[in-house]
Amino acid sequence: MDEYALIMRHEDGSKIASPEQMQAWMKQTMDWIGGIAAQNKFVSGTGLLFADAKVVHHNKVVTDGPFGEIKETIGGFIVVRAESAEEAAGFAKGCPVLGGEGNTMEVRRIAKNDGTH
Amino acid sequence: MEQELIPHLFRTEYAKIVSVLARHFGFEQIEMAEDIAGETFLTAMQSWPMNGTPPNPVAWLYSVAKNKAKNQIKRQMLYREKVEPGLVNITGSTFEHEIDLTAQNITDSLLQMMFAVCNPVIAPEGQIGLALRILCGFGIAEIADAFLTNKETINKRLFRAKEKLRQEKIKIEFPAVATIEQRLDNVLTTIYLLFNEGYYSVNNDQTIRTELCFEAIRLCTMLAENPNTDQPRVSALLSLMYFQASRLNARLDKNGGLVLYDEQDTALWDTDMIGKGGYFLNRASTGDQLSKYHLEAAIAYWGTQKTDSREKWETILQLYNRLLQIEYSPIAALNRTYALSKANGKTEAIIEAEKLKLTNNHFYYVLLGDLYSGIDNLRARSNLKIALSLAKTPTDRQIILKKLSG
Repeated sequence: MDEYALIMRHEDGSKIASPEQMQAWMKQTMDWIGGIAAQNKFVSGTGLLFADAKVVHHNKVVTDGPFGEIKETIGGFIVVRAESAEEAAGFAKGCPVLGGEGNTMEVRRIAKNDGTH
Repeated sequence: MEQELIPHLFRTEYAKIVSVLARHFGFEQIEMAEDIAGETFLTAMQSWPMNGTPPNPVAWLYSVAKNKAKNQIKRQMLYREKVEPGLVNITGSTFEHEIDLTAQNITDSLLQMMFAVCNPVIAPEGQIGLALRILCGFGIAEIADAFLTNKETINKRLFRAKEKLRQEKIKIEFPAVATIEQRLDNVLTTIYLLFNEGYYSVNNDQTIRTELCFEAIRLCTMLAENPNTDQPRVSALLSLMYFQASRLNARLDKNGGLVLYDEQDTALWDTDMIGKGGYFLNRASTGDQLSKYHLEAAIAYWGTQKTDSREKWETILQLYNRLLQIEYSPIAALNRTYALSKANGKTEAIIEAEKLKLTNNHFYYVLLGDLYSGIDNLRARSNLKIALSLAKTPTDRQIILKKLSG
């Protein structure tokens, strides 16, 4: 069993949705995570806030963002246990961010810290 | 009168005497502490009927226990002087101290004993057995009854547990500040196991079940009363146990059969305990730590509210979503899916339930049977039949048969 990060890529929801809609998405996300946890496949979850986000550029210039120029910013990621990348992708399919057109889920196996890959 | 007084005092005072003595002499002398405490009560049983019950029975017990301990010390000193002269100076100092049976030392000793006994170096059933024997003053026969086994098995289990604690050189002391969080978690786990042993016991004897639940509550109360261990999650566990225990009388019918939640007579729910549950849930709501006990207590609170609103089930669903992220358990996964069916509908819950694959758990098939009923009754029946073939106790089989015939 490997661990996979399921990375949510979507717009800053608060820019396009009402607080009620945000709350509905929050419930759907909690139900999605709860469903994975009920299968004993949940490892951890990390939400990333858009507020105060910064981008540090190669010339060390710091700007606010990433907004505007990128539609698919990272909104957060959860880590799951899965037998294969396909199973992990199956978990990702249930994520409510996919309800928004242009949004994606990225599935990445997490490198083991023991020198193996 | 003595016939009732002595067993009562045994329950309340035995643990105190053993804990104080064991702390004085060290855990490796635990059997001696138990013997002295046991002999103290034997002396009471012989003396009180003849000479009358002393005006202050507890003080009498303490003073007899002290004297017996002093005699024991003298015998050991003598032994050491004669047999191990070189050791007298080393051990002499600890043996000269007076046995301290003041209220403060009793409380401290009991709490420290709790930390010594609830130690993951011994198996959970060993911890529960020792807790019942040493901290709750249960007799071997009573523990055997509670676990539906024989005295010999319990004796062996306790012996092994004590041996292990001696080998590991477990001391009766407060854990160091750096380790108290972890150690307190161990203690809470054992207390919760003890409670569940009573609440979900295979034993149909309501008295035994209730006693186990109340002993767990009593031990947890001691933790809440001591500033060193009075953490929000201790209150959360107390709240959880009070909410659950409030239904103890409603859960079983006259013949010891399990009464399902929906069919319980709410007039039998203990409102006093529900109130205590609420008090401790409030008390738990400080600090920034959300433990599984907080979530389970909040779920148990909703269990005391018989309304069937969508909001209620939505709240319960979200509590289970969070609980499962902290700690997975099959029962939480099943209950979460039930709440999902109430909050989001059966169709979604069936899809989620089919993913759980708890195929050796009869409750899983009971849940599937419930979810499919009214949607696909054939499937509902086939799931209930699998549940029946997997059910282990007559009570569980009875409930499934009732569903099958309904």
